[in-house]
Amino acid sequence: MIDMGVDLAGMRLPNPLMTASGCAANGRELHCFFDIAELGAFVTKTVLADPRSGRGTPRMAETPSGMLNSIGLQGPGIADFAQGDLVWLKSVGARVLVSIAGNTAGEYADVAAALRESPAFDAVVGVEVNISCPNVANRGLVFACDPLSSAKVIALVREKLPRNIPIFAKLSPDVTDIVEIAGACVKAGADGLTMINTLLAMVIDTELLRPQVAGVTGGLSGPAIRPVAVRAVWQVRAAMIEGRIRTVPIIGVGGVRTGDDALQLVAAGASAIQVGTATFNDPTAPVRVNRELAAALQDKGFARFSDAVGIAHTRLDQGR
Amino acid sequence: MSRASQRDTPSEHTPQVMGELIATRRVGAYHHMTFVAPGVAELARPGQFVALAVGGDTSANLLRRCFSIHKVSPSGTYGGTVDVVVAPRGPGTRWLTDLNTHSEVNIIGPLGRGFPLPADPVSCVLVGGGYGSAPLFWLAAALRERGCHVEMVLGAATKDRLFGVVEARRGADGVTVTTDDGSMGVQGWVSAVLPDVIDRSRADVVYGCGPMAMLKSITDIATAHGAVAQVAVEESMACGIGVCMTCVMPVTGNDGLTRMVRSCVEGPVFRGDRIRWDAFDDGRCRVPEDAYGAASMRGRR
Repeated sequence: MIDMGVDLAGMRLPNPLMTASGCAANGRELHCFFDIAELGAFVTKTVLADPRSGRGTPRMAETPSGMLNSIGLQGPGIADFAQGDLVWLKSVGARVLVSIAGNTAGEYADVAAALRESPAFDAVVGVEVNISCPNVANRGLVFACDPLSSAKVIALVREKLPRNIPIFAKLSPDVTDIVEIAGACVKAGADGLTMINTLLAMVIDTELLRPQVAGVTGGLSGPAIRPVAVRAVWQVRAAMIEGRIRTVPIIGVGGVRTGDDALQLVAAGASAIQVGTATFNDPTAPVRVNRELAAALQDKGFARFSDAVGIAHTRLDQGR
Repeated sequence: MSRASQRDTPSEHTPQVMGELIATRRVGAYHHMTFVAPGVAELARPGQFVALAVGGDTSANLLRRCFSIHKVSPSGTYGGTVDVVVAPRGPGTRWLTDLNTHSEVNIIGPLGRGFPLPADPVSCVLVGGGYGSAPLFWLAAALRERGCHVEMVLGAATKDRLFGVVEARRGADGVTVTTDDGSMGVQGWVSAVLPDVIDRSRADVVYGCGPMAMLKSITDIATAHGAVAQVAVEESMACGIGVCMTCVMPVTGNDGLTRMVRSCVEGPVFRGDRIRWDAFDDGRCRVPEDAYGAASMRGRR
């Protein structure tokens, strides 16, 4: 059997497959379909300081091989999460990657500090810092579109968490140069990167001739954006190989539906894989993709998953 | 509603099966489809729904289509079967209605909370708009088994958009039909006949399934005539299992607080007077200002 284990910035995971933030709620629902402790890690819905109702409806539009969503980060707030959902996740044996966000850089730090006080904090294998949401203090611009804003958030969160808890900056592909943002995050103390968040997009309802979702614009996800994710992971991994950025693990996410899709991101440089929108189509997709990825790697003669990470970079010159 | 205490919740392990289509037939503007779905039929209750994947394994339409269960036969010749009624409207529903028998469809279910059933033999009115009537015949049978008096009101725009009139006449103690154009029954909306049906049958509970505007009207009339409304909502869902957070609507809980709740897992059946109808307008639903967590959304897009 192939060894699917992975060391993710010091955290040992039995396999590289994860849910994606916002595509799996906080675990109870998918636990009706498979044991979420089987995942490499369960990634929670982004939690902020206060409870949030989210936006009005419609919140969703189906698009070719994907969907647009405009949920507005509906959730319970960190106090409730730390005492409730996280405790439940620990009780079923899940390894948890907690996604956090804030309206300001300071709020991210507050959320991280509150998380640390959870009675179930030992179930946390990492914190994913969702810097791809709008910064209220900075004219609503997304933190991840600006290297300085991104670095500030990462540095503040890093300070609030124990050294052995890796933090991952979740990046937006809606930037001119994702390598610059990735570099700023790593320099500020990110132990890894998650790529990519959704792409800002829009759908018009042609019957009513108005935006289809109540929030006007939304995040595009699903297999339609997979090539964008592969490109982003490739570019950042290449910058690490060239020594332009310190080498840290990359969690690949974006449009993964099958083991073969996951393999593309792995070969481009991802050390772990999140399955998001495909879960809406098949609730068992995260564990199914793990099985398919293991079979695909074994077929290709790999003894260890980690040997395949970034392998496409070593085959660039072949055939030239 | 004190007498309606029984709530059905999804089981710990929700079945996901490849269901073979064994019968499909046109009924007016709709298609009535029967799938062999072992495990689903046995657990299902009236008002619950199934989520069907469309387009096959490499489909560009990723989101599941949700249909309320029309009926189940837990021990058919082929194993348990589940019936749904589909209106071909978009690429997903057209793919379903174009399927030939023996095709396979990935089915998840039963999902959601069904209609609460009264413990006592009370008088009930069941109101269906268009093919929203699909789950009501099964509900009628369950209610009559409990000794309830069951009246049905079926309404649609036109005769071919009514569903189940013959079945209603077999399965209910009284049936009233309305159409907008008068092509069958009373001309007008169900709201024109409902007050009289509630009063005449001294109904305690009104069950409804159909478009949101109709469910609001059913709730208003039921409340005004001393009955409790239990309505199954039709919200667009991406997953049907509670993970996508798209099918939310503002509903007031026992604690008096309004929350944006998921209609797939906390519904699709809600007490009509708990839904914040004031938030719905022109095909959209806003978050009421007093809703839980609404304050932290202010000042943002």
